[in-house]
Parts: sequence; C-alpha cells; structure tokens
Amino acid sequence: MSYNLSNRKKVMEQRQMTLLERMYLPAIFGGMAITIKHLFKKKATVQYPEVQRPFSPVFRGLQELKRDEKGAERCTACGLCAVSCPAEAITMVAAEREKGEENLYREEKYAATYEINMLRCIFCGFCEEACPKEAIFLETIPATASFKREDFIYGKDRLLQPLTAEHQQKREQLQAAKA
Amino acid sequence: MWSISNIANWVNEWLGKNFSAAWVTVFEMVIAGILVISLFAVLGLILVIMERKVSAWMQIRLGPNRVGPKGLLQSAADTVKLLVKEAMTPNGADKFLFNLAPYLAIVVSMLLMAPIAFAKDFMLWDLNIGVLYVSAISSVSVISILMAGWASNNKYSLMGAMRSGAQIVSYELSAGLAILSIVVLTGSLNMNDIIRSQADGWWIFKGHFPVWISFIIFLIAITAETNRAPFDLAEAESELTAGFHTEYSGMKFALFFLAEYVNVFIVCAIGATLFLGGWMPFHIGHWEGFNHIMDFIPSSLWFFGKTFFLIFLIMWFRWTFPRLRIDQLLNLEWKYLLPIGMINLLLVTAMAILKWHF
Repeated sequence: MSYNLSNRKKVMEQRQMTLLERMYLPAIFGGMAITIKHLFKKKATVQYPEVQRPFSPVFRGLQELKRDEKGAERCTACGLCAVSCPAEAITMVAAEREKGEENLYREEKYAATYEINMLRCIFCGFCEEACPKEAIFLETIPATASFKREDFIYGKDRLLQPLTAEHQQKREQLQAAKA
Repeated sequence: MWSISNIANWVNEWLGKNFSAAWVTVFEMVIAGILVISLFAVLGLILVIMERKVSAWMQIRLGPNRVGPKGLLQSAADTVKLLVKEAMTPNGADKFLFNLAPYLAIVVSMLLMAPIAFAKDFMLWDLNIGVLYVSAISSVSVISILMAGWASNNKYSLMGAMRSGAQIVSYELSAGLAILSIVVLTGSLNMNDIIRSQADGWWIFKGHFPVWISFIIFLIAITAETNRAPFDLAEAESELTAGFHTEYSGMKFALFFLAEYVNVFIVCAIGATLFLGGWMPFHIGHWEGFNHIMDFIPSSLWFFGKTFFLIFLIMWFRWTFPRLRIDQLLNLEWKYLLPIGMINLLLVTAMAILKWHF
C-alpha cells in the first residue's frame, strides 16, 4: 500500500467484462429507470418572474442613495465615491443647502445631481466602502435591461431611497419636539 | 355505433347519392389528402410539444409552460415563427436538389401513411402487400437526406448525410428481419390480416421470447432508422452542428423536422400494428366476457394509445442514452443485431411451423 494523503484512493481494476456486462442490457435498463424516476421528481425549475430566489445579504446589485431616519438625504457630495470608483461611473454636482431645507438634506452640502452610469459600473462596492456618511449602498436588485443607452444612466430620481411613512412620522415627531 | 369507419361509410354513401362514380373518387381523394395533411400538421404540433415536455421532465425541468395553457400552444407559436422566417438557399448550393430534398422527405412520410390502419376498417389503402410497401418506401427517405447533404455544399452536411446513409441502409436489414418474423407467423403481408390474426392476443404475448427479441430488435432498428438519439449521427449537433440540415432554415428546415416526427409516428404505428395488435383491443384467448368489455374502448383509441406508448419509449431512449460512435453503431448492427435477427427469424419460423405459439 502506497502513501495515500486523501484516504480516498481507488485502485482501478482492469478486468474483462462479464457476458452480462458486455451485453450492456442491465446498464441500459438501469439508465432508463433513472430517467423514468426523474418524471416524478420535484422539478428544479424556479418560475422566475413569479418566484424569485432570495439574494444573499452580501449581494451587490444596483446602488441606492440612503436617507436618514427623518428622510433627509445623507449624501454630502464629498466625491469620495467618484474618486474610488475604478470604472469612473459616478458623476455628481454639489450644491449648498438653503435655509428651510433641513428636512431634505442632512448636511450643509448636498448632491444636486448624482448620476451612475450602470453600463460602466462593475458593482465592486468600492463606493459603498468609501462613503464616510453611509449614504450609498449596493442593494439586491440586479442590473436591469433596456433598449436605450440613456436608460442606464441612473439619476437621483432612480437612485434615491423612496420616502416612506415612517420618515414622515419621524419628521412630525421632531417638529413637535422642537415646538 | 359511432366510429370512424361509420363516418367514412356515411360520407361515401352521401357522395354516391349526389355525384357520379368518377366525381366520388375525386372528392374522396381530395378529402383523404386534406385529412393526411391535417394529420401531419396536428402530429407535428403534438409530437414536438410532447418531446419537449418529456425531455424536460426527464431532466427534472418543467419545459415550455408559458404559451397557452400549460405551454401546450408552444409548438404552434414555433410553427408561426418558422413560417415567417426566410428560407435561405446558400449561394454555393445545388439549388434544384437543395430545394427538392425537404419536399421529398415529406412526400415519403406522406406515402407511408397509406397502408396504416388507424381504426377498425379505417385506412387509406387496404394494400395486400402493406408491410412490403412500408419497408420499400421508408428506404427512399435516405435519398432525401443524401440529397440534402450533397446539395448543401457543406462538409458537415455531407458527413451527416453519408453517416445517415450508412446507418439507414444497415438498420433497414434488422428492421426488415424483425418485421419478417411477424409476417412468418401471420402468413400475410396485409396489415389488416396481421391485425386480425391478433384477435385472440397480441403477437408480443402470443409469440414467446422469439417475438420479444424481434420486438427489441425492431425498436433499436427504428430508432436508428428515424435518426434519433442514441443513433442521431446524421445530426450529431455536438460534432456536425446539425448534420444534413445545417444549411436549411425557415419552412424548409421545418419540413425536415416535421418529416422526422411523422416518421417516428409511422414506424411506431407499424410497430404497434405488428407487435401490439394495431387497433385490436386487449384480448386474452377465449375469455369472451373480458374481451367484450375491452371492445367497448374505441379501436382508434387503442391504436393511438399503443402508438403513443411506443413514441414515448423512443423519446425515453433519446433522453437517456449518449450518442454512439459511428463504428460502434455499425458494429452493433452488423456484428450483433443482424446475426441475432437471422437466428431469431429461424426460431420464429420453427415456432410457426410447429404451432408453438398460442
């Protein structure tokens, strides 16, 4: 016995096949039994648009610009995401927050336009890692298809996290506390 | 009784009352032609969806399930797609032969419809040499394949066609010997006589193991003759892209496709007629009561049930076994099936003479 690391070594036996084996008939019927059993098995198909398999939490899909608990945009247009982006997919224009917009933007500076070219984006997640304000995250929606190139340039209208009733509630609470 | 043959007789009488004898013949020919063509179309649709479903289930998939209820209209949608596609003729091809080949393929399978008994007393042509006619005409199909392969001016097509030529010509022998064993037992080449001889039990039950052997040989041979996996060397998509119909597109390709499926139906119908009693219900010897109950199921249902069982068997083969190499294929025929078939034919003959069968 030779030295065997995996403990799974199999010594191949090269003998003449018996008459039964040479007729192949048992093997043929065995194969047919396997395929007929498949008819009654649970099918592996997932009916995609109706049934969607859950993504793992680390999946990197389309980006989302996050809001804070009262619904204000977290992004301050610092540009670190654009700098860290290896595909140079992110462009933004910064603007200063006016008086009365405290509910809309968290910091004094915000991104007036924020665009990601999804044809350039490689979904590496560096923008998420670079962001100091926890404003951008890669979510679980995979990149979608379209017929026009323009459709792949996602502006704030499609990137921004939608405002929910919870945000509104929080805003009203804060307002009440202030008053 | 409400049966297909009664309807046919009724149509015949009605035409006889209203028209002269010559016109009756013309009308009946037209009706028969329309029936054959529509049967072709329906068979094509049914067999394609059946194949796709069976293949899917055997691979633990669901198969087409979007077009129509449960995906049953998928093959109709595919037909529409094929109809509107351009039927190209390559520049380097022999245009006349290239365009003739698919029509020849379809005409051959149409001719084969003639002597098949679809139900009790219902067939296009009660031919006294029906079995001989079938084996003679079915060997013409190799010409259409060779024609397509040669005229395409494509090396893959030619290789596929040559393989298929070698294959069909060889396997015709085994199929013929298997058919002969039933002819020996029946003493007739007429399809109707063969079916009537099985009134007290199908040959597969009456004939003991020599007939089982012929049945297995027949199944292997027809799988090879219709160019279906594991003997689909003429197409062999992994080696020859699509074999003899590589250059065909649109409706011309569809005709080859249709001819393949109708051929499968026809050989299975012949197998059902010879070994499983065609439209003959399941009868056991002289159990009159049991036989009488079985007679209540219409003969056409028996015929189509048996035929589709054999078709399912052939599809089962296709989705189970890997493709043979060409040398293995010819070895199997010439070294095994043919000698076994010959000895088996001797056995069947001895059995027929000594009346060992039931």
